[in-house]
Amino acid sequence: MKKSIITIAMASCLALPALAQQQITVVNFGGANANAQKKAYYEPYEKTGTKIVAVEYNGEQAKIKAMVETKKVTWDVVEVEAPDVQRGCDEGLFEKIDFSKIGPKADFLPAAVKECGVGVFVWSTVMAWNADKVKTAPTSWADFWDVKKIPGKRGMRKGARYNLEFALMADGVKPADVYKVLATKDGADRAFRKLTELKPNIQWWEAGAQPAQFLVAGDVALSTVYNGRIDAANREGRNLKIYWPGGIYDLDYWVIPKGAPNKDASMKFIAFASQPATQAVYAQNIAYGPVNNQALAKLDKKVLDDLPTSPANAKESIQMNVGFWADQGEALEKRFAAWATQ
Amino acid sequence: MSSITSQGALQGSGATSLRLALSRADARRKWRAFALTMPLLVFLLLTLLIPIAALLQRAVENPEVVAALPRTVQSLKGWNPETAPAPASYAALVEDLGHLSDSADAGALARRLNSEVAGARSLVMGAYRALPVTGSPEEIQAKLLQLDQRWGEQPFWQAIAKNSSRWTADYLLASVDLRRGSQGAVERMPEDQRAFGTILLRTFYISFVVTLFCLVLAYPLAWWLASLPARKANLLMILVLVPFWTSILVRVAAWIVLLQSEGLVNRGLMGIGLIDSPLPLLFNRAGVVIAMVHILLPFMILPLYSVMKNVPATYIRAAVSLGSAPLSAFFRVYVPQTYPGISAGALLVFILSIGYYVTPALLGGADDQMLSYYIARYTNVEVNWGMACALGAVLLTATMILYGVYRRIGKAELSLG
Repeated sequence: MKKSIITIAMASCLALPALAQQQITVVNFGGANANAQKKAYYEPYEKTGTKIVAVEYNGEQAKIKAMVETKKVTWDVVEVEAPDVQRGCDEGLFEKIDFSKIGPKADFLPAAVKECGVGVFVWSTVMAWNADKVKTAPTSWADFWDVKKIPGKRGMRKGARYNLEFALMADGVKPADVYKVLATKDGADRAFRKLTELKPNIQWWEAGAQPAQFLVAGDVALSTVYNGRIDAANREGRNLKIYWPGGIYDLDYWVIPKGAPNKDASMKFIAFASQPATQAVYAQNIAYGPVNNQALAKLDKKVLDDLPTSPANAKESIQMNVGFWADQGEALEKRFAAWATQ
Repeated sequence: MSSITSQGALQGSGATSLRLALSRADARRKWRAFALTMPLLVFLLLTLLIPIAALLQRAVENPEVVAALPRTVQSLKGWNPETAPAPASYAALVEDLGHLSDSADAGALARRLNSEVAGARSLVMGAYRALPVTGSPEEIQAKLLQLDQRWGEQPFWQAIAKNSSRWTADYLLASVDLRRGSQGAVERMPEDQRAFGTILLRTFYISFVVTLFCLVLAYPLAWWLASLPARKANLLMILVLVPFWTSILVRVAAWIVLLQSEGLVNRGLMGIGLIDSPLPLLFNRAGVVIAMVHILLPFMILPLYSVMKNVPATYIRAAVSLGSAPLSAFFRVYVPQTYPGISAGALLVFILSIGYYVTPALLGGADDQMLSYYIARYTNVEVNWGMACALGAVLLTATMILYGVYRRIGKAELSLG
């Protein structure tokens, strides 16, 4: 009797994968980025027999927190922004990553290897303009503030992050020193003062797709923008240009929420998406840099030229200081809200 | 006389039993009514009242520091916040951190303290990762200061001492731009952190403007619709309702297309020579108000229309035939009869506007955001739910007060009409 139960149990275990095809839920930020992920990661991975359900979200960590706290986790793999990786890891929202299951650490950008996260791609917030409408190309961040030299509105992300850094650069701070200056009370005051100068000319954007639309429509002359959105617009025949120096690059990460239902399958998916071959396909579909250095060898020059990780583009750019924003973010964003009312 | 008295006494006893029977029947009726509304009441309790109670509780709950640092809190009792803390407090802190069962507790503590003092997150997590730190209290103090010299600064210790209670008014105070100083006295926030008072006023101001525009636009339309024959009115009503059934995001996107500087409105105005350069209609207050008025207009038209349909057209004719001028007949006879519609529509539009989030977020600038935007921000981005709940509580209270005021004025208006 006992033996037969074991046999049945074993048989059902063997039969299960065949009967119910395994499926994992992968959460991304939508848009052009999601399409590139679909081509590079989801569709090839589904050929290995695991179905992928793609879900879009807007980066709300509250959703993950609510799932983990109520122990009803329905998401398997989630793409999160850099400041949320460490914070979520500290607060016990994510599973720890066993990097031996992902790949040789030496192949990855150092920033891509985290206690609870694996880098997905490198993206950058840069200055861009529409070469069909703006004849004078900007040559520094001071030009972003100079509405006499380049007349027209300026598009900026609604919030403190990035804008304070750019304001300091426009005020003459070297990109490498930006976070050192911003960490002091005087530095923060200086950044807000500089931002006040430009205030009447700023057109704020909320969603990542907006600045490229502003530039195409001619609503703004210059805008801060995520570099992939410029690439996506140019693929549709636009003539948008990027000014790379002073750009602030950053990584997005894969994380597994604590208590996710298919942890092993999720790790396998992340490992698959971190291979040089799949990362190269991703970079060909959207101009975000691979985190696996081996992928660079598989890309031709034309693709490389548009990536934030290419040596020429990365030369004068800075990495967003995640620790700084984790500490100062809440206070600075509130100060930004107070500043906006003045 | 005597017969009447005895009859009265008889009636008295009969009346008592009748009253009893009546009150019993009444009670039964009430119970039946109660039983019939029971499902709705349970539904309301579960989906509205309990969540609101939970929200209000979260706005004053403050468990992180007490749960994580009981010994430190104890050791800081009687400490003068203007002086450096004693080495015993450093030792208590290290012992408390060592007793945390899960790194998640350290993370929660770090988040809580960081929302009080920017920088506390890295300070606390740094000490937690450096564990174990051993030795005499003086040695521990020296080690922590060596690890991060910010441990010698008072604000972090003041934040711990301030949060020595399981309940706090800090979130609620912060949501009206107040705070407790290091000595516990309530004071105003420093100027660069003072935002929510203005934002709350802005929320009410935008809602008021939207309500006003809705009324001005909806009143003539509803009046015209009510005066049409039913068939035509129904057809036109569908035109009012179609946008009402369309997704808000779609309508917001449509407004972006219409209002942008190369958009239909600006091109049209420039084409007929009214303006020389495009008007800034988007990503400012104008865009927010235009889109919100469009989205909320049906909520004004519908109550107005339903009230106006029941105002007989003969009243105005009667007034005019009695010698009133047509315009004065309209304002003195017709309009007062539509007050219930006006007040219902205005209340509906105003209360819906107060909670608007998506439209201002996508169409407004940095100084056009309403309170809900910041509630969403604290919920989703900062993950500071105490602050989000406190702002929610402020919005709820302000709305309730306004509703109370409105009920008073509304009643007066109704009795006047």
